[in-house]
Amino acid sequence: MASKIDEQQVKHVASLAKLQFDDDQLGKFTTQLESIIDLFETIDKVDTTGVKPMTSATDQVNAMREDIAVNSNQREALLNNAPDTEEGYIKVPAIIDESGDGE
Amino acid sequence: MNFYDTDLTKLHDDLVNKKISSTELTKATYENITADDDQVKAFLTLDEENALKKAAEVDQQGVAANQLVAGIPLGVKDNIVTKDLKTTAASKILSNFKPIYDATVIEKLKAQNFINAGKLNLDEFAMGGSTENSAFQTTHNPWDLTRVPGGSSGGSAAAVAAGEVLAALGTDTGGSIRLPASYNGVVGMKPTYGRVSRWGIIAFGSSLDQVGWLTQSVKDNALLTSLISGHDDRDLTSSTKEVPNFASQLNDDTNVKGLRIAVPKEYLGEGVDENVKAVIKAALKHYESLGAIIDEVSLPNTQYGVAAYYIISSSEASSNLQRFDGIRYGVRATDVKNLEDVYVRSRSEGFGDEVKRRIMLGTFSLSAGFYDAYFMKASQIRTLIRQDFEKVFEDHDLVMGPAGPTVAYKIGSNITDPKSMYMNDVLTVPVNMAGLPGMSIPAGFADNMPVGLQIIGKPFDEETMYKAAYTFEQSTDFHKQTPKLGGQK
Repeated sequence: MASKIDEQQVKHVASLAKLQFDDDQLGKFTTQLESIIDLFETIDKVDTTGVKPMTSATDQVNAMREDIAVNSNQREALLNNAPDTEEGYIKVPAIIDESGDGE
Repeated sequence: MNFYDTDLTKLHDDLVNKKISSTELTKATYENITADDDQVKAFLTLDEENALKKAAEVDQQGVAANQLVAGIPLGVKDNIVTKDLKTTAASKILSNFKPIYDATVIEKLKAQNFINAGKLNLDEFAMGGSTENSAFQTTHNPWDLTRVPGGSSGGSAAAVAAGEVLAALGTDTGGSIRLPASYNGVVGMKPTYGRVSRWGIIAFGSSLDQVGWLTQSVKDNALLTSLISGHDDRDLTSSTKEVPNFASQLNDDTNVKGLRIAVPKEYLGEGVDENVKAVIKAALKHYESLGAIIDEVSLPNTQYGVAAYYIISSSEASSNLQRFDGIRYGVRATDVKNLEDVYVRSRSEGFGDEVKRRIMLGTFSLSAGFYDAYFMKASQIRTLIRQDFEKVFEDHDLVMGPAGPTVAYKIGSNITDPKSMYMNDVLTVPVNMAGLPGMSIPAGFADNMPVGLQIIGKPFDEETMYKAAYTFEQSTDFHKQTPKLGGQK
């Protein structure tokens, strides 16, 4: 079987996951991921026709509760963990690079 | 003070009767940690100042008879959030994170006035089996400092084995309590999925994660698990089933007569070290001599467990770890040009290699064109794994086997080959996939290192597991042996 993942594919998945790799890392990660995905493919041979997928082990069903605020008014405590703030807001850099030619 | 000669009940009684004070106990605990932990490296954060303050308060108030853990210092794995106390999940991206709330399990312990000794090392975000994936330090096995403590709750297991604390909280997504318990010769219980609230546990694989204790004795483990169990409105997967006092039936009359124990042939098959097998077989013989009935059974889908587990857990991790984006908390990359840069650079600089591998595997398994062949197929295999257990439990009370295929290995010997690391989880991941309770208890030694017997129970039947574990413990002396490091008994 052809390899399921190559450097191009790894770059694509990295962009979906908001990660980036330099060239050295890209080679290393591609080799490692390829070997793990080989392992993943061993499940191909199991016949799962008609088997329902299991997504959780809980036997609880959804429950509703009253919408009551608890632990509120913690803005300052929350903002203490933010890397950058200004006047009670979390500050982030410009969404579009100002030096670029964004549309 | 290394806690080897005492237990929770005795310490509690001594505190109630003022034979000792919490301040003395807490000071002695830190003296011992100071003496040992530069070698073991179990703790990431110590909280001595607050611990002593709390101990003084407890001494002032006195310890009530119904406050089992009041005034007793315990350890907490560092992926469990603690209000105002740094919680890193052993990741660079959370190296400055101070939670503004307590996890439910911590709330419950604080309501009883426990002393938080500090936060314990783990593999970054609980991903790994050796603590070598911690961004800060590798914990060393107290039985042999050149070996790993197992993981991901390696700090918790090593701290208990070294006698630094009487008990420590861990988490188990695919074996992260049971494997280190096995490697360190301590008792580790992963309760049934839903038994303990996951609120405030830094999420890894939400359908698999569960909190539990690593302890020196079975009874302490049972007592402590009762304390943290029960439904929580903030975790809707937590069960509304009643929580028994798991320790109430652990006494001189406890026995295993007529107990039906299933031993899957896959758990003593290829890939399991011969010396480990010998210890487990001897343990099963011992159960037989105590009146249990041992049957060989088959869990035929065990061989697909690791592949299916790594697809599902990595998929859930890739989704859960999207929240680490450098915006609201955690470390933000510097010199960034735009918002996209904040995300990509903060994540690429903040996560270690293993976490990146899992995120990549999960993103790949969930991506268009691969979802059916990977995530969906693995979820179907999960059903088959659960059905394998259900069939065995139709006419057996417990399943037993080794917790890990080997004893603790040398630091550095496996870390470059992620796939072989994943294979170490072959005997523990099926339990998480099926949502069952699983524990590891000291069962003997191979190559002078501890070997853990894994006990797997029916959903919400931790009671039978504790009874079987207690009977074994009380009729053997493996649990009485301690590593040299903590001082001989």
